Amino acid sequence: MTTTGSGEHLPPALRTEALEQLLTERGLIDPKVMNGIITEYETNVGPLNGARVVAKAWTDPDYRRRLLEDGTAAIKELGFSGPQGEHIVVVENTPSQHHVVVCTLCSCYPWPVLGLPPSWYKDPAYRSRVVREPRAVLSEMGLELADDVRITVHDSTSEVRWLVLPERPAGTEHLTEEELVPLVSRDAMVGVAKVEAP
Amino acid sequence: MSAPLDIEGPTAPPRTNGELLFSEPWESRAFGMVVSLYEAGRFTWPEFRTALVTRIRAWETEPARDEPWHYYRLWLAALEDLLVGQGAVSTDEVTARTRDLAQRPPGHDHRDGHDHMH
Repeated sequence: MTTTGSGEHLPPALRTEALEQLLTERGLIDPKVMNGIITEYETNVGPLNGARVVAKAWTDPDYRRRLLEDGTAAIKELGFSGPQGEHIVVVENTPSQHHVVVCTLCSCYPWPVLGLPPSWYKDPAYRSRVVREPRAVLSEMGLELADDVRITVHDSTSEVRWLVLPERPAGTEHLTEEELVPLVSRDAMVGVAKVEAP
Repeated sequence: MSAPLDIEGPTAPPRTNGELLFSEPWESRAFGMVVSLYEAGRFTWPEFRTALVTRIRAWETEPARDEPWHYYRLWLAALEDLLVGQGAVSTDEVTARTRDLAQRPPGHDHRDGHDHMH
């Protein structure tokens, strides 16, 4: 069950190509459609989308309220939807409460707002350790949280994808929504970093 | 609505915080096949997720691993499991086609990560 049959020693690139050929011959996939999907994820779907959501929530209290009530709908307002975005729940970090996201079983991740996950998010070590010792893992990733900050780890399920609404950093009160967007990092929206003032 | 794209910063496409989305072209093809088939309604996302979880768990619980952690290998295997289970392809024919491709003379196996059917 852990190998791909007798083809295990052939390079995965060739096995992928073989599968693509068979599926194309059977009319199950269209390489042109597939190229379009890959290009879309390589160029358009990424953490910039999530950064726009966060910056809007920071500057528009009504939007922030809608985002925390129904993440999927509020995110769709900005035009972001698609696979792994069917049910996005947004949790808000505060000075006393920190949220961090993981998928312990595989790699579930809110694609429409963050794009595809980075390799550390898929790594067996992060997936198993962040649940057991979140404070230590966050510290290793460069985020030191005071002992009195409560940490909640959100494990993705087959239905729910999580997005962290980071704290707006002090000293950014004068910045506009557009100026805030580039400050918001992917890591902050997964909960393994904070947003820093410029 | 269209903010200038951040080319170097943390939200820069197509890289995510400086990390390439796919380390090899075949990974993007394996990814694209899954999303294509999902969008065409060949399987639901929870069905693919279950197949992927099964493959990941098998790798993680294997006492003597003969392969290092490689996420897209498991992703590809999960896709194949799902398609074999549906009867869309068989393991033997995928293996046979893979062997055929391996027989190509040198210079004919340089994929560019794009449409190779023309």
